Amino acid sequence: MLNYTFDWSVIWRQPYGAMMFKGIWTTLGLSLAAWCLAVAFGIGIATCRIYPNRAFRVLGLSYVLVFRNIPFLVQLFFWYFAAPLLLPRFVQTWVYDTVPDYAFWCGVAGLGMYTASRVAEQFRAGLAAIPQDQYRAAYATGLRPAQVYGYVILPYAFRIIIPAFTTEFLTCFKNSALTMTIGVMEITHTAYVVDSFTWHGLETTTAASLCYLTIAQFVALFMWRIEKRWAVPGLIRRGG
Amino acid sequence: MMLSAMDFSVIANNLGYMAGGLWMTFEIAIMAVTGGLAWGIALGLGRLSPIPLIYYPASFYIHFFRGIPLILVIFWIYFLVPVFLGRSMGQLPAVVLSFILYEAAYFAEIVRSGIQAVPVGQKRAGLATGLRPWQIAVHVILPQALKKMLPALVTHCVVVFQDTSLAYVIGLREFLRRVNLVDAREARSVELYLFAACVYFILCTLGSFLGHYLEGRSGVKDFL
Repeated sequence: MLNYTFDWSVIWRQPYGAMMFKGIWTTLGLSLAAWCLAVAFGIGIATCRIYPNRAFRVLGLSYVLVFRNIPFLVQLFFWYFAAPLLLPRFVQTWVYDTVPDYAFWCGVAGLGMYTASRVAEQFRAGLAAIPQDQYRAAYATGLRPAQVYGYVILPYAFRIIIPAFTTEFLTCFKNSALTMTIGVMEITHTAYVVDSFTWHGLETTTAASLCYLTIAQFVALFMWRIEKRWAVPGLIRRGG
Repeated sequence: MMLSAMDFSVIANNLGYMAGGLWMTFEIAIMAVTGGLAWGIALGLGRLSPIPLIYYPASFYIHFFRGIPLILVIFWIYFLVPVFLGRSMGQLPAVVLSFILYEAAYFAEIVRSGIQAVPVGQKRAGLATGLRPWQIAVHVILPQALKKMLPALVTHCVVVFQDTSLAYVIGLREFLRRVNLVDAREARSVELYLFAACVYFILCTLGSFLGHYLEGRSGVKDFL
């Protein structure tokens, strides 16, 4: 047993240290870009799901069902391998020639659309938690439906679902690791690649795990402060 | 490529091979759920324990595994086990072990919330009848808690089923890997990945509806 000498220096020794560092940035950039996309899409879908028109509701529901019930990895492979083939030939060549980081943007789009279905569900739960009186009061002040939604309901819903959003962002952050399968050099992939150079995968994967845990911890702390600051007065707060 | 240019015969020609992968996917999922649930119940109980020596390690374990991606756990086990055994343990055992360790952390939180949903009077009544603490846990609390958490458990089983596709990364020939291999040979990405998506979609939707049904909701109508 333990016929293995640990060599933790692979984490910072050049050129591997620079690779690991770049991997962390790629992970962060990818998950943040995907998150922005997911929130924008998610709000749209959640709005569709409560829209008075039935066609919109069916559309919103279909999106959520499809994107939640297909594994993220399959979606990613579809966007990366299959989707470009559906485009006309000249668009394909244009995409492959001019988009410098095709895998990265594919990962952003795939992760964003997948996370959007989850965000939409959280958002819908937030909308459902708003008392009907808020709507009535807003209408009574003479606002139009779009104004009621935009000025009264959405800000309220945002403040209710901050804790759920934190969880979803962290899930998005962790799911970004799956983009390694299409060749994005984020931290998990970097840990794997450094292993193939050095045979010290145990150290690099441990370091990558610690990166995820540390960043998640910081995000949770930051969001906890935001949550406290923006809590709706009069509602029961988490952790007093 | 338009719909007319698609050639779905590639699916029929390789159906047997891919079905074999789907079987393995089910095998992994069943082993992961059974092992993960057993270990998860132990962890969930540990997290409710008044003894610090049990409570803190259990909480640390749960937070640790919930904080890192599953794919990293798979690599980690894949690299770690040879260090201790001196040889590789094979792809399937390595994947199943990682799934059990990882999913147990999620099952533990479901178990914990289920147990906390049981009124405290049940525990007191158990104590009053002279049962020992472990007897109360096994005969009084757990049966009620399991019933309460059944919908969440079913929903998480669907998640585990979807997660099995990650076994792909260390080359285990489960469903997605086989679809990928067929694609490498036949170069029919659109048809094959659409097919894979449909298979997962049908199976997972059935699972989700079961979860909703157990929750006392009645299907699509409540979604709209």
